[in-house]
Amino acid sequence: MKQLTFDVAVIGGGPAGLAAALAAKEQGATRVLIIERNLELGGILQQCIHHGFGLHRFKQELTGPEYAQRFIDMVCRTDIEVMLETMVLEITNQKQIYAINQTQGMMQIDAKAIILAMGCRERTRGALRIPGTRPAGVFTAGAAQRFVNIDGYIPGKRAVILGSGDIGLIMARRFTLEGAEVKAVVEILPYAAGLTRNVVQCLDDYGIPLILQSTITCIHGKERIEGVTIAQVDQDWNPIAGTERDISCDTLLLSVGLIPENELSSQVGIQLDPVTNGPAVDSNLMTSIPGIFACGNVLHVHDLVDFVSQEAETAGCAAAAWASEKQYSSTRIIASTGKPGPCCPTSDSIPFDGVANECCATWGSTQIIIKPGNNIRYVVPQRICPDKKTTLYLRVRKPDQDVSINVGELKRMKHTFIRPSEMIKINLTPELLARHQSDYLDIHVVKEMVHHD
Amino acid sequence: MIKTVICTVCPLSCEVELTISATNEIEKIMHNRCPRGKSYATTEHIAPRRTLTTTVHIEGAIHSMLPVRTYEPIPKELLHQVMQETANINVTSPIKMGDIIVRDILGTGVNLIATRSM
Repeated sequence: MKQLTFDVAVIGGGPAGLAAALAAKEQGATRVLIIERNLELGGILQQCIHHGFGLHRFKQELTGPEYAQRFIDMVCRTDIEVMLETMVLEITNQKQIYAINQTQGMMQIDAKAIILAMGCRERTRGALRIPGTRPAGVFTAGAAQRFVNIDGYIPGKRAVILGSGDIGLIMARRFTLEGAEVKAVVEILPYAAGLTRNVVQCLDDYGIPLILQSTITCIHGKERIEGVTIAQVDQDWNPIAGTERDISCDTLLLSVGLIPENELSSQVGIQLDPVTNGPAVDSNLMTSIPGIFACGNVLHVHDLVDFVSQEAETAGCAAAAWASEKQYSSTRIIASTGKPGPCCPTSDSIPFDGVANECCATWGSTQIIIKPGNNIRYVVPQRICPDKKTTLYLRVRKPDQDVSINVGELKRMKHTFIRPSEMIKINLTPELLARHQSDYLDIHVVKEMVHHD
Repeated sequence: MIKTVICTVCPLSCEVELTISATNEIEKIMHNRCPRGKSYATTEHIAPRRTLTTTVHIEGAIHSMLPVRTYEPIPKELLHQVMQETANINVTSPIKMGDIIVRDILGTGVNLIATRSM
């Protein structure tokens, strides 16, 4: 079996992997590798031909391929090695990667640091357990997006879309422009799951109805889907009897959520956060296994690629630092004392129990456990190093307005609107965190008193 | 008259409020959080424009479709006509990102450009 060694090995060549590899390289990692399963770099961006990417990053509205191409061009100007059409089968906690491709066969790649950037997968009909027959014509929205934008054929003429996630909304417009009829977008929540701008420019512009607080209760058709039954739901999301109606269609697209792809991560025993379905990480985006980092949609599902790139750069820099000889020796010294820092918190929240200690030991600093409070669904990273500049990425549970998000007693950030679909970013500095005494940092939403004229 | 325009320039999705006079003039623009919201809402009231992104056929490349877009937004009512125009386009690899696929499409003064190299 072929054996290779790298400082930093990145699994996945999408936006997260590209930005992470570039950052690791810039940070001084000598040998950097990107392993990509597809036949080209760019990941899902290559099929996201719509515009709206890069406003934060490049201060202009780019399409997915344009955003990807910029990073691909940057990677091409470096000596970062890229393996395409290569599948990673397994990673070990000794940071060995077993991968395979048609030209080199089976390989063992030893890396000083590994960055997980495998992205996410779409939830399917099976995950929803929609009753009815099992005809052809039921696709995830992303699969349909690939058929239309990459392969050049449209999978149906009359579509119903279940779920108002961004991909579903984008595909409603794409189907319409390509001459298909989109009968309705059906959403179980009382509000759209995707970004408001996508509701406006993908549905409102084309007069496509958005049916809220409703779901599909049955799929009809034998060989090919012939229609669906939709019904309104109560506050517990149960269909309300008597509200059913049929919509005929030859295609059903599902845009019902994305799941971080953590098969490799869980196989090697990386601790996952049950809310994000991604690894629990620290300020360096290091997972529970020292030297393995995670970024992008494998860590938590993002709505903006700009944030993915930024997050990936954090992981890339940290991985490069970890891979450098200096980091290695200091790690060994700390590890050899066998003791974590003096005030190392252990979490009483079950999933991360014990992780903080290990990370304190490996990075040589004590950590603060982040506690998602009122109306906060999750916060990434789950534990932070107070001596590091840290960006918190968080999502709220339900929409609200005129609120502030409190970071313990440290920071109070006012928001006119908060929506589950829009990730919120908070920057914390070591100076600010030095004022924090507790081992826990509570993040919560409080209502602001607003006087309307 | 008060008219609300949801700005689509960025994910903030500002709900911009326009005060429209009896002669259909904009008297006041409120609730936009940046200048782009102001210009978007103004255009949206006078003559809405959209950037069109779609694909054209490509020969000799790794995929069969090449993604393209209008370099700038075009009048909204022309979107379907441009789609019909692009349906019959067939280009040959290699194409570089930014290459002009159709110059001045439908007399809009806007070029249709490739959004990736292939």
